[in-house]
Amino acid sequence: MSTQATTETKPTPPPIETVKIKVDGREFDVPKMTPDWQGKLQPTTMLQACQVAGIDVPHYCYHPKLPIAGNCRMCLVEFGTPAMGPDRKPVLNPDGTPKIIKSVLPYEPSSPRGAIACASPISPGMELYPSSEATKQMREGILESLLINHPLDCPICDQAGECKLQEYSVDYGKSASRFVEEKVHKPKQVDLGPRIMLDDERCILCTRCIRFTKDIVGDDKLGIVNRGSYNTIASYPGTKFENNYTLNTVDICPVGALTSKDFRFKMRVWFLKETKSLCTSCGTGCNTIIGSRENVMYRYEPRENDAVNSTWMCDYGRLNYKWINREDRLTQVQGSKLKVQTWANAIQYISEILLRAAAGSVAIVASARQTNEELYLLKKLAAKFNAITDSVPRVGEGDRLLLDPDRNPNSTGSRLIGIAPEKMGSSLPKIADGIRGGSIKTLIVFGEDVTKHGITAELLSQLEHLIVSDILPSATTAAAHYFLPGCAHVEKRGSFVNVKGRVQRFMQALQPKGDARPEWEFLHELVINVTGQNGFVSIEGLFNEMAKEVPAFHGVTWAGLGDAGVTVQI
Amino acid sequence: MIVQRKKLSLLERLYLPALAGGFKVTWRHFANTLFKGHTAGKELSGGYYPEKKWVVGEGYRGAPYLVRDPEGRTKCVSCQLCEFVCPPKAIKITPPGPQGSPEVGNVEKAPQEFEINMLRCIFCGFCQEVCPEEAIFLQNDYSLNAESREELIYNKEKLLSLGGVHQDKIWKWKNK
Amino acid sequence: MISALTGFYDSLGSTGQFALWSFVKIAIVFGVVMTMVAYAVLAERKISAFIQDRQGPNRVSLPLIGSIPVLGPFLTRLGIWQPLADGVKSFLKEDFTPDYVRKAYYWIAPAITFIPALLAIAIIPFGSNLNTQKMVIADLDIGILFTFGVVSLGVYGIVLAGYSANSKYPFLGSIRSSAQMISYEIAMGMSVVPIFLVVGKLNLGEIVSYQAQHGWFIFPPFAQEQTLLSYLVWPFALLSFFIFMVSAFAETNRLPFDLPESETELVAGYNTEYSSMKFALFFMGEYAAIIAGCGLMVTLFLGGWSLPWIADQPATTIGMGIAHILIFLTKTVMLLVLFIWVRWMFPRFRYDQLMNLGWKRFIPMALANVLIVAVILMLVYRPPVVVGP
Repeated sequence: MSTQATTETKPTPPPIETVKIKVDGREFDVPKMTPDWQGKLQPTTMLQACQVAGIDVPHYCYHPKLPIAGNCRMCLVEFGTPAMGPDRKPVLNPDGTPKIIKSVLPYEPSSPRGAIACASPISPGMELYPSSEATKQMREGILESLLINHPLDCPICDQAGECKLQEYSVDYGKSASRFVEEKVHKPKQVDLGPRIMLDDERCILCTRCIRFTKDIVGDDKLGIVNRGSYNTIASYPGTKFENNYTLNTVDICPVGALTSKDFRFKMRVWFLKETKSLCTSCGTGCNTIIGSRENVMYRYEPRENDAVNSTWMCDYGRLNYKWINREDRLTQVQGSKLKVQTWANAIQYISEILLRAAAGSVAIVASARQTNEELYLLKKLAAKFNAITDSVPRVGEGDRLLLDPDRNPNSTGSRLIGIAPEKMGSSLPKIADGIRGGSIKTLIVFGEDVTKHGITAELLSQLEHLIVSDILPSATTAAAHYFLPGCAHVEKRGSFVNVKGRVQRFMQALQPKGDARPEWEFLHELVINVTGQNGFVSIEGLFNEMAKEVPAFHGVTWAGLGDAGVTVQI
Repeated sequence: MIVQRKKLSLLERLYLPALAGGFKVTWRHFANTLFKGHTAGKELSGGYYPEKKWVVGEGYRGAPYLVRDPEGRTKCVSCQLCEFVCPPKAIKITPPGPQGSPEVGNVEKAPQEFEINMLRCIFCGFCQEVCPEEAIFLQNDYSLNAESREELIYNKEKLLSLGGVHQDKIWKWKNK
Repeated sequence: MISALTGFYDSLGSTGQFALWSFVKIAIVFGVVMTMVAYAVLAERKISAFIQDRQGPNRVSLPLIGSIPVLGPFLTRLGIWQPLADGVKSFLKEDFTPDYVRKAYYWIAPAITFIPALLAIAIIPFGSNLNTQKMVIADLDIGILFTFGVVSLGVYGIVLAGYSANSKYPFLGSIRSSAQMISYEIAMGMSVVPIFLVVGKLNLGEIVSYQAQHGWFIFPPFAQEQTLLSYLVWPFALLSFFIFMVSAFAETNRLPFDLPESETELVAGYNTEYSSMKFALFFMGEYAAIIAGCGLMVTLFLGGWSLPWIADQPATTIGMGIAHILIFLTKTVMLLVLFIWVRWMFPRFRYDQLMNLGWKRFIPMALANVLIVAVILMLVYRPPVVVGP
């Protein structure tokens, strides 16, 4: 991967200053400074030092992408510091090792005193004891008090299975409760906003949601009201918690207090198969994880990628998946000119049409929602006929965080490959004119309803051949002479280029519905039949071939994309 | 380890005494059954299956059924742990979906549909063991018959009517 | 009417008459054998049940049968309709052909198992005469050679079944079976040689006639014509009978030699992948082979249709002819019961024991047997037996 095309020009990092500390008796060199949630260098905390040492410290309120609050106390760790003599020199043990003074309660010197690892910086020579008996007892105590008023309604809680309270109770908690008094009852099923349901009894008041919406989104809507055991999360009186990023609070909520109204009671999380994918709702290309079971998709979750979306995604993109499970998905090969409606027959007919077509008599309307590989194959077809190609722009309102005004996931890719002109959509009137004038006799449309973009149904009826591939019915699919059912992005593999030039790949989560096949598969067959050029039958080979031929992708490989993708020059 | 075999005498190697012994035993049983009518079924349980139904012992683990609590609520809250643990994948639960189940009050959830495919069920009892709500029990039925495969997929209604009422002592959801 | 029939009969000529009679005999023998197969299964189930303190099949009945006075309860309770139910079930069951089998061989294997067993019955004389007809379908002079030739074809069915199933248990079962059947065929063939040395003919009818005159090979004292030879050969004939019978158990895959099927090891052996009527054909083939084996033993060693003092001459009347057939059937059925009974007296042999017995015991014994009988015959001069032409 020496030829990886990346424009992320990082300045050569200065030599890292390290601090020697001991974790559980083993010595480690830990960087003195570590980036905080905003990327600024701050003194390394005990928790980060333990991560360097490979030891997990349980925590609820700490989140690497949020400001530190230090209020859950779960990360308490016993520690000691080197003793200093009056001469400011370390006091040594008889065997020459520095003498360590363990931190103890000032008024009760026999009891160890822990520090919250998430907020306490390390100092040279410090010793941390994250596995000591005292640390274990501190965790047990904290968990016991967190569970005092917890309703323990895991069987009906959507968080069960990915709940930190469950996990830490198993790993660090006591097996039985000693609490005999009446539990405090707090409001349940609180309607916090249009997409969020709050169960106050389950809340452990870690304030992650409050910090997220205040510091990340800048919509300071949430807070804690009431006192003591009656502390509850609430939105500002008279308002709803309804910005475009609310569902991230469901992800970061360590317990089942905040639940998504969309995913609520739909499927238990342990059934969900997780597939790495991308959000296709705008040009940002947020990294996602698809949760699916038995070929049904249930949810999107953001996947961490600091170069694109950190660990967040917007509600608009997250909930934009229901069309995949829609009943009216087109899954049959069909078309008014197709007698035997099978793939073999359709591919043969279309190949014959294209083989007979004269140069310039074919136009292609691709979609900027298609993958690079599909656009590349279409480009190969277009090159054969010198066809006019274009795509359809989609523009919405962007915001300062993630949502991009370009609502196509692969506008950049379609420009780089040469399907779309610099101003996307500017060739569509030319195609319309060509059809009107009779010079364009065959139109290939992929995934777009061209009747809404200047090529009316009347114009379509003048065509000799209209070849359409799509996944949902539209006026264009209804007019198609040959219709080939395609796949949603969750049903195939491929890659997109986001607005900033990040090439990212996504994996297949579901099986294609009915007879549908991934577009790149049948496009590949058409390209072989029409141009006689053979290619690769796997997505890896296809991508690598494209990377060799499309200048912008030079040096990029499918394997080299990894989970996080690669940035190319645009 | 090498097992030292007993050295057989010529008579033993000829099988003749074994043959005589074998005949003696088989003849005794044959004659007892044919002429005196002694059969194991009659002597142990007084008859044979269709006429004389087997009474299962306490704690017998037959077909799993759903139960209601004494107030008539379906105890199952659709947590799907049994579906997860079921080794032959006999259980299929449809969760209530985002609206929950308003009729069960603060329990919030009840299965929209609960199916056990009795053709797949192996009566292992994992579902009963894993259930956090004591909502499913392996009961006394051991002979499930039907004329089609579909009939043996028991739905929620059927499972509940076969399961009956569980005399719950805990009333878990009373004070939640 | 009758004259028309006689006229037609006469117009057939001798070849036509032979064909007609053969057809009639085949139809009747086939019907009787199939009925015997069906009821052998029932007998097996009943006897097995009694030995195991059970009742066996006792429920199947036809409508209205129960209302017949006196006889009714017996007809409904003894399970005598069970074979009917079994047959109907076999036909109505789903005939499932696994996807991965080799179809042609898979289809042909049950037939190849079933047909030789029936063919072997063709040469067995099941009676003396009925009117002018000899009670045997094919009165072959090479009789026993034909039997061995045909019976040894049966192994192909099992080999093909195991091979075509494309599955490990049937394959192992068929390998065991072919090795076992080939091994025991040698001993079986050798064991009957002394009989033919004594009689001097291979025709099975001749052998029965010889026994009717000189006494059964396994027990000559009741013979109407006592000869020294009978007594000299007696112990060796007994040995022959013993080897033949044990080999017959092995050839028909019966316990204690049911290694090809051994349920505990191979699920069901070579027929694991078969269902419905194809499986039933294997099953019927096995029982037909047992019946054929019993018939052969009766013919070779137990005097066929003859019974000392009462019926030791070829029948001259129709009544006597029928009595001879019944005598033959009775002897066969008794041997069948023995076959069934033995199943519950012995545990299954280990494979090495089976091979040991076949190759190291029976074949040398049978060979020695042949030699000794030949020497006896050479020492005791006797005039050639003249029976028939």
